[in-house]
Amino acid sequence: MDRTAENQRIVITGIGLAAPNGNTLAEYRRALLEGQSGVEAYEIRYFGKTVAGVCHFDNLKYESRRELRRGTRAGSIAVYCANEAVADSGIDWESFPKERVGVYLGITEHGNVETENEIYQIKQYEYDCSFWSHHHNPRTVANNPAGEVTLNMKITGPHYTLGAACAAGNAGLIQGLQQLRLGEVDLALAGGVSESIHTFGIFAAFAAEGALARHADPARASRPFDTARNGIVVSEGGAVYTLERLSDAKARGARIYGEIVGYGMNSDATDFILPNASRQAECMRKALASARLAPSEIDIVNTHATATVSGDAIEIEALRSVFAECPETYVNNTKSFIGHAMGAAGVLELAGNLPSFQDGIVHPTINVDELDPKCAFPTLVLNKPLEGKDIRVILNNSFGMVGINAVLIVAKYEE
Amino acid sequence: MTRPEIRTAIIDILSDIAPDEDYAQLKDDVSFREQLSMDSMDMLDIVLELRKQFKLQIPEADYPNLVSMQSTLDYLEPLLADK
Repeated sequence: MDRTAENQRIVITGIGLAAPNGNTLAEYRRALLEGQSGVEAYEIRYFGKTVAGVCHFDNLKYESRRELRRGTRAGSIAVYCANEAVADSGIDWESFPKERVGVYLGITEHGNVETENEIYQIKQYEYDCSFWSHHHNPRTVANNPAGEVTLNMKITGPHYTLGAACAAGNAGLIQGLQQLRLGEVDLALAGGVSESIHTFGIFAAFAAEGALARHADPARASRPFDTARNGIVVSEGGAVYTLERLSDAKARGARIYGEIVGYGMNSDATDFILPNASRQAECMRKALASARLAPSEIDIVNTHATATVSGDAIEIEALRSVFAECPETYVNNTKSFIGHAMGAAGVLELAGNLPSFQDGIVHPTINVDELDPKCAFPTLVLNKPLEGKDIRVILNNSFGMVGINAVLIVAKYEE
Repeated sequence: MTRPEIRTAIIDILSDIAPDEDYAQLKDDVSFREQLSMDSMDMLDIVLELRKQFKLQIPEADYPNLVSMQSTLDYLEPLLADK
């Protein structure tokens, strides 16, 4: 198939997001350039005091209080982001055929929050299951966040979520791209969401494996590549993109944020938790091959690094093998500002970098007081933005547990 | 509980289930679903809340008694008389 045909080229025409440090792309980008963290002190039942990336978007902007009560936090985030994306795209939504819209959202996990809540409820009644809510099933079905978007926006095309651990956001975009190329839909609302800060289990499990961040100052807790890094800051959030075929976007005169020119997905097949540098490098090469680009043509590599001791070093090892001779390929990390937004991580982090096509600035990795030699890389952008660069291509890494890797390459669109 | 006390408790339950409604205008002799934005899942919420707050196990066959405020009060008044 000719991937250069305009009906096979997939572009990003709208972005809606909820980040711990911004409720719109403009707010979020400003925070990333001004060094503003979105991580704050946080407390959750059973686990107690910790830190987390907490979102503060207006959850009543597109939903009634009744709808909010009925649904899930992931659904609420998805509904906000999807509506914002459509508004941002400038699409004539009223007249757009809703059966030609697909919703594809990545999730790291779903249902833990709701199940913990129900068990907490019936515990008050000596575990009598007659107090278990009838809302449990519709809240915990794996398609819930995407389904809530269709209910809210009256979309009658396909919807589902993609369970891909912390590579899920990128997997959502890849799915949207593929469905557009296949002609299954004319508009994809694709991305990822996370409600993970509302399950105590995720904090307890990361703590049990020695991978949960601790720091007296929440804003300094997420510190990828720093010698004193001590684990992940769990965050909630979401990002939904409107994806369209280039031919459709041009026909309606859409503003184009960028074109998804390549992607790669693969599996480590080596460990439940520990990542694999060779497979990560293979995934990046796979994405480069699909984009028909050489490593030196990438201007920004937005890393996945989550601030775990081993994970960050493994990703840098993978970068060293792929980008060894690339003095103009800059490397940054967005989790240092927002923590790890799980299913939303890849798409939120990509969104934070897309404005580089216009402003020519590479946002930094913050909180690096002392660079770990195991994470050293010549073109890491540390602590302050790098300005005055001609940014044309961004490679976005996302890797997840049980060995799942998803890499996206987005290029600036020019006529 | 007196009938007015039960009515207040039901309004509190409804306000939690359907928080966007104006309960000052509620007509006791008209069904909840006709005047409030409620569906069958919301009606089940009423049953669950009555179970939680008053330890009332309402059999499914009796659910139709909860159709309006008037029928709900008629049904609950004897059950909650000594609560």
